[in-house]
Amino acid sequence: MPSSAQDLALTLPHYLVVSGMIFGIGIAVALSKRNAIAVLMGIELMLNAVNLAFLAFSRFGSSFGIASEGNPAAPLAGHVFVVFILTVAAAEAAVALAMAVLVYRRRETVDLDRINLMRW
Amino acid sequence: MDSIGVIIGFYALAGLTVGAALLVFLVRNLLHAVLALVLAFLGMSGLFITLSADFIAMAQILIYAGAIPVLLVFAVMLTPHASRDNANSLFAPGGLLIGLGFAALFVFVAMATVWPVLDVETLHVQSFAGTVRTIGAALLGDYLLAFELASVLLLAAFVGAVALVREDEA
Repeated sequence: MPSSAQDLALTLPHYLVVSGMIFGIGIAVALSKRNAIAVLMGIELMLNAVNLAFLAFSRFGSSFGIASEGNPAAPLAGHVFVVFILTVAAAEAAVALAMAVLVYRRRETVDLDRINLMRW
Repeated sequence: MDSIGVIIGFYALAGLTVGAALLVFLVRNLLHAVLALVLAFLGMSGLFITLSADFIAMAQILIYAGAIPVLLVFAVMLTPHASRDNANSLFAPGGLLIGLGFAALFVFVAMATVWPVLDVETLHVQSFAGTVRTIGAALLGDYLLAFELASVLLLAAFVGAVALVREDEA
């Protein structure tokens, strides 16, 4: 097996770098957007980056994913965690968007700079 | 060894996903941001396929690229007098800095850590039999309690969402 081909192979850090970059972009969107709905988009990006990390660990990690002697980890545990994250993300999106609509009905805006009722 | 197609696919999908996520931050129109978000989620599901996660990739397309953008567009349309631009708030410089800091930190940790990964031989010897059967068995086996709790959580969240936005007749 030539070593040059081995250098080219996809490894865990490849995926973790992509995941980290998307998580950072998600944080930037969530913290700096004025519209509450745009903030939610940032949160969804962050959740998705975490899913990518889970799946990458499940694929490449020696202590995740593959049950063997001396490794009682459930097979594909990372995938199961991602299923739960998908569920919670859907629930969170539904409730948060309902809240955004509710705030809009009361205040005619979803601009987070102008929802400052509790500002001291 | 990964075939050259998988490697090219990974870099193309990674570029697509990160670029679309950046577009979510950069575009000036909120609905365009939702479209960029869909593109990012589709690229992400492609990345999941390169990780042999067939079931999760399909669930990702259905939920993240299908259901959540519909909810987002509904929320945008139900707030008609709110501004449609994707403007930054007063905290934008700080938020951008924190995001960059986190991204740099994660990239550094991902590169610098020696991860306990499987060796290449084991990784490529495994035959791929699909993940659906194993995930289903795990969900109804080891994770049964969490599975049931998640279903109750979903029900409560959706009933709650309907109850929150219902117009009072009285």
